[in-house]
Amino acid sequence: MAISESLAVDIQNLGFRYPGNAEAAFSGFNLQIGRCERFGLFGPNGAGKTTLMSLMTGLIKAQEGNIHILGNDVSERSIKKKFGFVPQDFSFYQELSPKENLQFFGAWAGLTSNKIKQRMDELLQVLGLEDVCDKPVGKFSGGMKRRVNLAIGVIHEPALLFLDEPTVGVDVQTRHAIISYLTDLNNRGTTLVYTSHQLSEAEGLCQRIALMEGGDIIAKGDLDELFKEHRATSLEELFLDLTGKDYKD
Amino acid sequence: MYKLWATIIKDAKILLRDRVGMTLMFLMPIILVIVVTDIQNSTFQLVNKNRLPVLICNQDTGVSSRQLISAIDSIGMFRVKLMPTLSNSKQIGEAMKTHDAQFALIIPSDFTRGVSIKAKNAAAKALKSFGLQGDSVKGKVVGSRPVTLYFSPVVQESMRFSVQGALQSAQQLIESRQTLRTLYFAINEQTLPAALEKEMLNNRTGLKAVPVTKEGGRGIPNASQHNVPAWTIFAMFFIIMSLGGSVVREKINGSFVRLKTLPTSYVTGLLSKQITYLGVTLLQALVIFSIGIWVFPLLNIPALNLPSDLTALVLVTLATGWCAVSYAICVGIFAETQEQANGFGAISIVILSAIGGLMVPSFAMQGAIKTTSEFSPMHWSLEAYYDLFLRGGTMHDVVLNIVPLIIITLIFQFIIFLGLKRKNLI
Repeated sequence: MAISESLAVDIQNLGFRYPGNAEAAFSGFNLQIGRCERFGLFGPNGAGKTTLMSLMTGLIKAQEGNIHILGNDVSERSIKKKFGFVPQDFSFYQELSPKENLQFFGAWAGLTSNKIKQRMDELLQVLGLEDVCDKPVGKFSGGMKRRVNLAIGVIHEPALLFLDEPTVGVDVQTRHAIISYLTDLNNRGTTLVYTSHQLSEAEGLCQRIALMEGGDIIAKGDLDELFKEHRATSLEELFLDLTGKDYKD
Repeated sequence: MYKLWATIIKDAKILLRDRVGMTLMFLMPIILVIVVTDIQNSTFQLVNKNRLPVLICNQDTGVSSRQLISAIDSIGMFRVKLMPTLSNSKQIGEAMKTHDAQFALIIPSDFTRGVSIKAKNAAAKALKSFGLQGDSVKGKVVGSRPVTLYFSPVVQESMRFSVQGALQSAQQLIESRQTLRTLYFAINEQTLPAALEKEMLNNRTGLKAVPVTKEGGRGIPNASQHNVPAWTIFAMFFIIMSLGGSVVREKINGSFVRLKTLPTSYVTGLLSKQITYLGVTLLQALVIFSIGIWVFPLLNIPALNLPSDLTALVLVTLATGWCAVSYAICVGIFAETQEQANGFGAISIVILSAIGGLMVPSFAMQGAIKTTSEFSPMHWSLEAYYDLFLRGGTMHDVVLNIVPLIIITLIFQFIIFLGLKRKNLI
């Protein structure tokens, strides 16, 4: 099977079933995301976005098919140096300060102490955490925690960044700061794979999207083309048009 | 190496900021070791120095009962308090409560008569066996009613047997004296001279209790030598309350998800926890031993004497600490919540310490429980410490206890590995 070096993510014939579940979460699933793209994964609750994120980041293993990240099989440990992950939950130590968290996660990402210091100074400044860099994160507001969460995910300058609802529960200012930072990262060559329920925000960030439902992709492509194809004026309209207005969970 | 160092720094910082965990790991065991040692020391002093209060109601007016009271007093173990009017259990119970006494003795009104009859009968039998004629008691010999010992139900069986034995020996002395006097009078028709009586009754070969160590040393063990090592082991294993919870916390909070997406094996994380918490256990031992040596004398508790082989002491402490850390991680890996880890951890430590001989000595255990005790790592730690602190052992002696301790530790490590694999954590 040919592995395209131009793809950031190449998923072919993916099959996955949670242990004990009769129904497969994914079956024969395919997805390709090009390098330097800003790609959005959307869908109602239970569509399979978070499971797909977990499979793409190697947190869970697929039973069938292949997942290649930046040309390497996702199960290879070396590939973990090349991508970053910003989970929906706060994934750091609340007892530690932003500096201490970055020092620890930077070391685990394989950086030297000098590189960690350099990246830490940059990130604390860009994400507005300089003044609180020595205070325990547990005492921070939700917005500040989101910025710390993001800083840890990008400390090793990954070529590909997975973001699972990176702006959930934050104020407008923080959302704006995060989206600006992500756009800047992408302009410097980082591929973004992003999920969110904030559709207006996603509309501004993503170039291409995939709309998922029940473990399948029901629409995929360039955002403007999808709008034209479905005669929608916004992502929310497109979303409701394709997935319906009924509860999905 | 830098990853490991960064992880150790992270674990140490989180640990130092966990005030409740630090209190549980250091302050509580220190309080425990001081309180338990002081109580055991007080018990020792109560029996050997302070004298146990015992109430005696003498319903007899004869000489033998007075001699019995005097003999009990001269044992040196009891502080006799005479109570003239005790007659029923209720009165006895109330008097014991009022006078804070755990024991009461009722000497029946016919005690002297009974002793005298028994003595005459024994003397007559003796004379008959010598081929001499003496006064004998006609018909069946009826002795006095027994002396009754009342005791508080809170008194432990071993203590009761010890008191009972001492009182019986005083009673035996009175009866032997009366028999001797009767026999002497029957043969010589004059009273037994006091000097001869004293010589005959007191001229025993005696029994000398000497503690002996493996080196042949004769240092007398004290409550500190027994308790400090035992409760140090307990403290080391009690880190499960912090470490077990820490593993679960890391597992269930988001940080673990991120760790799994980074190019470092979680084995580094576990190695860091083992090193950090092994340091904690060594520090615990150092603090508790230091308190035993320098603080105990200030509290009128006998000072802890360190064993001569300090290298062996360090080795035993390291092996115990590593086992305690491995057990805590093992529980943390399998527990789903912090409550599970803490609840199971605390109860299992108490059970392991009970079967390991920390609460009741292993030599007093019987059958299956004795066999079970060998599965408790605390048993091997305690035996190794006792070899050093009480039996004067050296490295050669403790190796036999360290080997099973390390085997148990390796089993815990293997279970940790299986748990991590099963839960897809490595």
